[in-house]
Amino acid sequence: MGSEVRPVSAWSPADAGDERESLVVARGLTKRFDGFTAVNGIAFDVSAGEVFGFLGPNGAGKTSTMRMVAAVSPVTEGSLRVLDRDPASDGAGIRAQLGVVPQENNLDEELSVADNLYVYGRYFGMRRSQVRDRIPDLLEFAQLTDRGDDKVTVLSGGMKRRLVIARALINTPSMVLLDEPTTGLDPQARHLVWDRLRELTRQGVTLLLTTHYMDEAEQLCDRLVVMSDGGIVAEGSPRQLIAEYAGREVLEVRFLPGDRDAVLTGLDGVGSRQEVLSDRAIIYGEDAEQLTTAVSRRGVEAASVLVRRASLEDVFLRLTGRGLIE
Amino acid sequence: MLRVLEGELVSYRRTWRGSVISTFLNPVLFLSAMGLGLGSLVDRGDQLGPVPYLAFYASGLLAAQAMQTGVGDAAYPVMAGIKWLKTYHAALATPLTIRDLVFGHATFILLRVTLASVAFAIIASLFGAFGLGAGLAAVPVALLCGLAYALPVMAYTGMLERDTALAGLFRFGLVPMFLLSGTFFPIDQLPAVLQALARAVPLWHAIELVRAITLAVPTTWPWWAHVGFLVACGLVGGFLATWSFRRRLIA
Repeated sequence: MGSEVRPVSAWSPADAGDERESLVVARGLTKRFDGFTAVNGIAFDVSAGEVFGFLGPNGAGKTSTMRMVAAVSPVTEGSLRVLDRDPASDGAGIRAQLGVVPQENNLDEELSVADNLYVYGRYFGMRRSQVRDRIPDLLEFAQLTDRGDDKVTVLSGGMKRRLVIARALINTPSMVLLDEPTTGLDPQARHLVWDRLRELTRQGVTLLLTTHYMDEAEQLCDRLVVMSDGGIVAEGSPRQLIAEYAGREVLEVRFLPGDRDAVLTGLDGVGSRQEVLSDRAIIYGEDAEQLTTAVSRRGVEAASVLVRRASLEDVFLRLTGRGLIE
Repeated sequence: MLRVLEGELVSYRRTWRGSVISTFLNPVLFLSAMGLGLGSLVDRGDQLGPVPYLAFYASGLLAAQAMQTGVGDAAYPVMAGIKWLKTYHAALATPLTIRDLVFGHATFILLRVTLASVAFAIIASLFGAFGLGAGLAAVPVALLCGLAYALPVMAYTGMLERDTALAGLFRFGLVPMFLLSGTFFPIDQLPAVLQALARAVPLWHAIELVRAITLAVPTTWPWWAHVGFLVACGLVGGFLATWSFRRRLIA
């Protein structure tokens, strides 16, 4: 698909942007609506071939950022270059080379599955024969081969989502923007979408996605930025972020409301760091077994104790003091 | 712009059957009831001079139908594009621009008004209201009338958060204009205030022009003033629709 795309490899901060071509370069990027600042002076680079994620809760500024990159929303302040073009002066040129999967499935429900692809291809100025030739491949990619003549209305949520993704590929884009690609889908449908997205990265397509699901970010992203209140609070690969901000393993100690103070006193000094929520304390460390031993030796009156691996959720909690999904 | 039109035509290919019935049936019903039925009584009073009521009424209805198509297609389908299906958002993620959306949709409406007006001219000629040639010659006026309504209504729809206001537009805008702007009777039958209101809406100007063509009667204002009024409504409407769509869709 893209001509200068190299195989996806692990990202390291040292070579970011130097070796690979940067498809998006943002510096001091800001978006304001009537005095409300949605995106507050963020900087990031997206390299060709990588899967780059914006992780954050609703209202963090992810969608506003995506819309600026998609050249549909004007930049208020700062600089932004997409595919080496300026969205302010060459928005149509940028949009011609992008694929966009918006948060909502804005399909034409009046039309058949194939006609949705056809009309969209024509919007890009593709020749009729060119669009018709491409439709069967896209239907196959979306695993909708036998549904081409069906009206969109009868498709399931997962099918619609895959159709929107297929539609975003009609113009053979070098980069695809996905805003919350699997929000609202059941687990099986999500995995199917993830599988399709991995297939795209294998073909060398650069993906830029937003999500408030930590598992989605961990599953898909080579590199991500954590957003909160319009700003970027951390940047790195999922593994780096977890190692840096959360440690390796986590012990969750749940307590009954009345036992809170007693439990917290008992836990004092255990682990490398602790976060206290309303119903539990989260203890971070390198080795869960050590943590468990320490807690039981102190005779803490916990309602329950859970051991798990550290995740991006912990990173987010550490960085912002809040959960991802409220 | 043409790509937007093509998209709408792909969609219309699926839905045109539904609109055909109203395109043919409505004129037949209205011309029968009002033109023939009511007209036979009106003509006894000899109030319209040598003009039969059927011809008078059919000429007004030609323009009124263009108004209805213009308003109808600029209301709910636009709401769907902006809010319900968000297909306008999808289109704007491609190289298409706001102008393509506004004028592509306006072109589609022109096409619909053309089809409806030509069908109407044929039906009216079969009723004997006026000759087919005269009816077809009045179609360009119907197109101007359609645009003079469609573009301002697109601008209005673009500013609405909810569709309830559209029902109000039909009830308190479209219906009074249809009844009081000269479709059924000359507006000089109205009190002065209502006459002034009738002159302020595009329909009256379109009807004046249609009657000049189909009935060979003189227009109230010079013909170019009526044309100018309709063109001005279309131009201002086009400007406002572009502004309204941009404000709504590109934030």
